[in-house]
Amino acid sequence: MPRLFASLALLLAFALPSSAADWKRIRIGVEGAYPPFSSLAANGTLQGFDIDIARALCAELNAECQLVQSPFDGMIPALQAKKFDAIVASMSITDERRKAVDFTVRYYNTPNRFVAKKGAGLAVTPAGLKGKKIGVQRATIHDRYLTELYKGSQIVRYSKQDEAFLDLASGRIEATLVDQVAASHGFLKTGAGKDFEFVGPPLEDPKYFGYGSGIAVRKSDTDLRANLDGAIAAIRANGTYKRIQDKYFDFDIYGKAPSP
Amino acid sequence: MNLEAIWEALPSFLEGLQVTAILLLASLAIGLVAAVPLALARRSPRPWLSRPVWLFTYVIRGTPMLVQLFLIYYGLAQFEAVRESVAWPWLSSAWFCAIAAFALNTCAYTTEILAGSIEATPAGEVEAARALGMGTATVMRRILLPSALRRAIPAYSNEAIMMLQGTSLASIVTLLDLTGAAREMNSRTYLPFEAFITAAVFYLALTFALVALFHRAERRWLAHQR
Amino acid sequence: MLHGYAGNLLEGTGLTLAVAGASLAIACVLGLAAAGAKLSKSRLARGVGTAYTTVIRGVPDLVLMLLVFYGGQMAVNEIAARLGYDGFLDIDPFVAGVATIGFIFGAYLAETFRGAILAIPPGQREAGIAYGMGRLQVLLRITLPQMVRLALPGFTNNWLVLVKSTALVSVIGLNDMMQRAGQAAGATREPFTFYLAAGAIYLAITTVSLVALKSLEKRYSLGVRRAA
Repeated sequence: MPRLFASLALLLAFALPSSAADWKRIRIGVEGAYPPFSSLAANGTLQGFDIDIARALCAELNAECQLVQSPFDGMIPALQAKKFDAIVASMSITDERRKAVDFTVRYYNTPNRFVAKKGAGLAVTPAGLKGKKIGVQRATIHDRYLTELYKGSQIVRYSKQDEAFLDLASGRIEATLVDQVAASHGFLKTGAGKDFEFVGPPLEDPKYFGYGSGIAVRKSDTDLRANLDGAIAAIRANGTYKRIQDKYFDFDIYGKAPSP
Repeated sequence: MNLEAIWEALPSFLEGLQVTAILLLASLAIGLVAAVPLALARRSPRPWLSRPVWLFTYVIRGTPMLVQLFLIYYGLAQFEAVRESVAWPWLSSAWFCAIAAFALNTCAYTTEILAGSIEATPAGEVEAARALGMGTATVMRRILLPSALRRAIPAYSNEAIMMLQGTSLASIVTLLDLTGAAREMNSRTYLPFEAFITAAVFYLALTFALVALFHRAERRWLAHQR
Repeated sequence: MLHGYAGNLLEGTGLTLAVAGASLAIACVLGLAAAGAKLSKSRLARGVGTAYTTVIRGVPDLVLMLLVFYGGQMAVNEIAARLGYDGFLDIDPFVAGVATIGFIFGAYLAETFRGAILAIPPGQREAGIAYGMGRLQVLLRITLPQMVRLALPGFTNNWLVLVKSTALVSVIGLNDMMQRAGQAAGATREPFTFYLAAGAIYLAITTVSLVALKSLEKRYSLGVRRAA
């Protein structure tokens, strides 16, 4: 018995207890490997659209923001394990995910597209990509879409989208399915992506791609969700959202609500 | 513990088991075969033979296998020259890169183990061989190497087990081994305990199998020491 | 050459060394305890010690780390909830990494310490008891100092393997040197450069460690006659 208390005391010494009730301190899970939404600058600080939005929402709620970096495919388990209280990582709101967590209203909505080498002439249908290697980030909406509809293709899963782009550039995979903006800013407009292009139409079927990107919270934290909903509306109304948007994009990223 | 989810994920774990086994056997085989000449070179009195091998084992044993794996898989692919070369069909495959990295790593450790066990050869054995008129090559083939290989079994069994655990790194470069299957299950079902404990159980089973195998090898080839 | 990421990498190196150091501390404590357990007269203690070292050797570091990081947090939450604590007890990647690596290498160190203790000639202990020393005195004045000398080679080996295994902490998101190298590689599309740099840093750490531990071994071996 004394040993149990001793080890618990040890754990408590490492722990940072926070009081859930008044949300003065919100721990936010972010990825840090998904430019332009979230990435690491050369000096090690987090930067990107997701990061700025997260900070703006905390400012709006008069709360202290603690950004916790986590790999994307472990974010929902980590949220449920209370490693953080909210996920701001370009996570799409899908019915599938809603079984495990709750989402706020969306804070942006962009379509998804395939990226492949210029002039490769790939038909991005299940038949056209049969037997070919398609790279995708594990546990994303793109992963689910390909897993269910492209059963004839070889799906290669990566921890980070960056790794998929690296392999696409070197020719290990022939295509990748990814968010359109992440692809254009994170790859196509960079030196490594100059021989690549979008192939096929933008994909937006809500059944797989959801209803835009939202902030995920635990199902029990209804008050936090309500607070964040209010904060999102507030920064859209008072111009903060537009200011952040213009810093990264020259188009409207909030988009239209997808028709269900 | 959600046993149903584990049951549903079992097929992918069994496939992962296959991948892990192949990775382990291939890397151990290649590493061991390459280590024999390298160990002899390492023990050679000629510096132009022993120094490069020393450098090789020093660098490989002094850096994490993860770094070596990343260098081979992502690092080499960065260069245009590599991508256009004849080696590209090999280097573009995650399987090849993983086995290459693992084999290189186990080769370095095995070289050191074999070199140490060659050094521990009782001087009398070599003296007797020379007294019988055996030339250097014959001494190596009939006396030195069999004796050294036997002595190396306990240390090598350790290395084989460490390599088994090391194959889990393959999941980091897209291969679906046991660890990869567990990570997939975790990201799909949000059940980390179930996913990783299942993988752990499989690895423990493999470890016990390896230990039993090496026990039998020791009983057979080190019988004279019991 | 490193596109401005050099400072970032060095910061990460500091974190890597912190993880290694903290893990070593925990591993030493666990290792001594487990070695004691395996050498004890109690069958229960021996059983627990053996189970510990067997399981650790039988499961990959990566799997254990993922288990502790994701599953460990849930376990801590359960315990906290049952004790009536309402807030969050955070197991951040640093704690998860240190706890895991410490736990893993405790098992390996247990074997090293056990072998070292067994190698001390039993006459030394007997002489201490004959002089009227108590069990604790024998332990502190006779057993442990000699164990240090005998354990150093194995300890050096364990330390080197520990340092290299800290590279895996990057997989659970800890912003150590390996993680930063990966991010720099992704951002600049030059993985070779950054992983080579990471390798060089690790090699530097292992080289310095080897030199330091070898000189420690020499110092502890003063007055010891060697067979060859």
